[in-house]
Amino acid sequence: MSSSKQITFNRRSFLKTSALAGGGMLIGFNLFNACSNNAKLPVDISKLNYNDFNAFIKISDEGKVTIFSPNPEIGQGVKTAMPMLIAEELDVAWEDVYVQQGKLDTKNYTRQVAGGSQSIRRSWQPLREVGATARQMLVNAAAAQWGVDASTCKVDKGIITNAKGEQLTYGNVVKAAALLDIPETIQLKDPKNFSIVGKGKGNVDIDKIITGQPLFGLDYKAEGMQYASVLRPPAFGKTLETFDATATKAVAGVTDVIKFGDKIGVIATNTWAAMKGKKALVAQWKQTKPAESTADHDKKLVALLNSDDLKIRRKDGNVKQAFATADKIIERTYEAPFLPHNCMEPMNFFANVTPEKIYLVGPIQTPEGTARGVAKKLNRDESEVDLQMTRMGGGFGRRLRGDFVLEAAELSHRTKKPIKLVYSREDDMTAGVYRPSSKYKLTASIKDGALTGYRLQEACVNANMYGLIPNFFPAGALEHYQVESGQIKSNISTGAWRAPYTNFLASAEQSFFDELAEALGTDRVALHMQLLDKVKQNPNPKIKYSPERLQGVLQSVAKVSNWGNAPEGVYQGLSVYYCHNTHVAEVADIIMDNGTPVVKKVSCVVDCGIVVNPLGAMNQIKGGILDGIGHTMYADFSFKDGTPSSKNFDTYKLIRMAQTPRIDVHFIESQEDPTGLGEPTLPPIGAAVANAIYKATGQRLTKQPYEKALLENKAKVLG
Amino acid sequence: MLKIEVMPTYNLKINGKSHTVNADEDTPLLWVLRDQLDLVGTKFGCGIGQCGACTIHVDGHATRSCLTQISEAETMEITTIEGLSKTGEHPVQQAWKTIDVPQCGYCQSGQIMTAAAFLKSNTNPSNEAIRTAMNGNICRCASYNSIEDAVKLASEQINNPQKA
Ligand code: FES
Ligand code: FES
Repeated sequence: MSSSKQITFNRRSFLKTSALAGGGMLIGFNLFNACSNNAKLPVDISKLNYNDFNAFIKISDEGKVTIFSPNPEIGQGVKTAMPMLIAEELDVAWEDVYVQQGKLDTKNYTRQVAGGSQSIRRSWQPLREVGATARQMLVNAAAAQWGVDASTCKVDKGIITNAKGEQLTYGNVVKAAALLDIPETIQLKDPKNFSIVGKGKGNVDIDKIITGQPLFGLDYKAEGMQYASVLRPPAFGKTLETFDATATKAVAGVTDVIKFGDKIGVIATNTWAAMKGKKALVAQWKQTKPAESTADHDKKLVALLNSDDLKIRRKDGNVKQAFATADKIIERTYEAPFLPHNCMEPMNFFANVTPEKIYLVGPIQTPEGTARGVAKKLNRDESEVDLQMTRMGGGFGRRLRGDFVLEAAELSHRTKKPIKLVYSREDDMTAGVYRPSSKYKLTASIKDGALTGYRLQEACVNANMYGLIPNFFPAGALEHYQVESGQIKSNISTGAWRAPYTNFLASAEQSFFDELAEALGTDRVALHMQLLDKVKQNPNPKIKYSPERLQGVLQSVAKVSNWGNAPEGVYQGLSVYYCHNTHVAEVADIIMDNGTPVVKKVSCVVDCGIVVNPLGAMNQIKGGILDGIGHTMYADFSFKDGTPSSKNFDTYKLIRMAQTPRIDVHFIESQEDPTGLGEPTLPPIGAAVANAIYKATGQRLTKQPYEKALLENKAKVLG
Repeated sequence: MLKIEVMPTYNLKINGKSHTVNADEDTPLLWVLRDQLDLVGTKFGCGIGQCGACTIHVDGHATRSCLTQISEAETMEITTIEGLSKTGEHPVQQAWKTIDVPQCGYCQSGQIMTAAAFLKSNTNPSNEAIRTAMNGNICRCASYNSIEDAVKLASEQINNPQKA
């Protein structure tokens, strides 16, 4: 999309408008869905109902714009980017736009939706259309008042001017505009003329965050609320046999001890008493399912990789034949552990199950599914569930699962009290959902100095890479190319973790390419440029990435990182990857400090289309890279007989400031629609670091976490 | 079951105000602040002194409230994020806003409290000193580059309030 465009509306589409009793105009709309035909807008602003619309805009008779955004914020800055789009097309000053999150204590907010987990990519167009529609209605109202053609009027910052130079403000005409029909056609701006999109806007919750105001689920309180701490089986595969709560009941503040399933809930008047009461429980567990250990998983995964049981996911040409006739075969297996999410705000939720309604409040990314799950669990009608979302202290995929909401609801149901369930860090890390451990075997053939065949085999616990990934680079670049995957089953609960699958696959493949370039005697950048040229020559609709855009980020990162000309003592590693609709290239600069590699700087070039909010984008890009470095280097996590190896931050190492490099971010200038940034900068960084470490130490690292691998290699040498 | 609970009474001085609370003597100050006094800006992250989310000032020094027992707190002059300034005008808070540091935001009150105490002892820190001082505070969203920049900016502002 490169210029302004005309949109013709279907009148039954996703928005409705009305006049407000107190003055002003209300627009209700539904991102991602159409509105139901008979959905009605309230005339009283305090009665917004999120059942029919998932967002509202109020334009007051002073021309001020309030966006009622129920979207949760998990640190991706969506809550700021969305209003930017509306303000842009509506043509109002950013200073006149207010964002109000659905207030928690208002009964009328009956349902909130997970707009925040939808990327900016999907909401980009509809949000602009809402803004442009409102603008057109205001202009139409002014034009009618003047008796002129609307197309002769111009708008700037909420002031409409006609050809004679007469002016009306939005506030002057909003009353009349509210009574007009929704226009059939609207005009979206040419991105070149954006005045808000592309300019950095700070986080809309910033004042509350820096002054410590209540925002997060853990901060929420209600009248008569009590706190719950839950004891869960100490290992996957164990169930509760018996328990003794005598000592727990003696803890001051403890009011109830409730067994539910294989868990025991301790209810108390404050969080500390609940946690202390839980520690005082004496429970016996029995092994009812296999006690699984990482060592067993590893054996099974390797056996699976070496078997014929993998399923073919994409097959071009004939890799077997390419391998049989090759001059040289290169093969490597890359290994990644289970990972906990460790959101900074531990899992928690408020539940108040009453005979009339079930009130749920807290941080969750999947409110609708969770509300349904609670209704089913308690045998109630879904319409009786009132779920409200709070700001989230991190998500990383963990809050897609509503397991903790079910626990809170069940405890409230049993005790007939409003309950706030709070996980300790130990609960969070041990009763979690984990990134599944996985292994990738990569094999490539070289003949006559060229890459001829490439085979990617995946073995993963409980899951496999999703559908489109087999079509990522280098698919399309090689005549003989094959992707296979298979899984082993485990009773350890697994799920999405920031940038699912690609978070490690990129690390494996982009490390492997470093080895291939070395074997070919070619520079990394040159090798990728050649391969991508081939993709350009043979366009293939099944290829999901753009070879031009990948080449763009690659060439640009080579330039900004001074690739190939690192100063003495600085070792560089490169990685380039496409995932989550975004093209990214990264170069890590490391130095050796007393024999230990230290990442000093990362250069990163991103092609994410139009950058809606550069400030927010920077935060996500840098966060993704540092998170990636942290987990690649330090995240050591395993299971022994179903029990996780770490329970808290004393033994589980997250990246801290002293280990962080400075990050130099560049964007490719683009007029393309924007793509999300919460995930795509994380996957490539592991390989950039590993490739730099290879240059510095001669060690090809294949098993994460790399800090541990380096120590083990050292011990072997000294050994 | 009827339980006779006699919890000791403590007098605390927090953000310049006196408070009287009843709590078990081993209760961490963190939970008294959050559950009893509605000062929820102080966050819970690990409970074992590893993450810094619960950082408050005790007699001006950055202190982990998850490791501070209520029974030790009576003589302390306690400041929480809510009391760092009236409306967020402390130079550290302002720098956080200018740089737009927060991502999810959960760790940030702890980061701000650590930085504010640090800048009292070292008004003109090098980046190395900042990185060492802030190393006890985990940010899971990894907003570390921005935190580093914001501490630097705050120190400049403190040294030269006219300029920034
Ligand atoms: S909660 Fe106190 S240091 Fe983590
Ligand atoms: S901003 Fe999310 S943990 Fe620091």
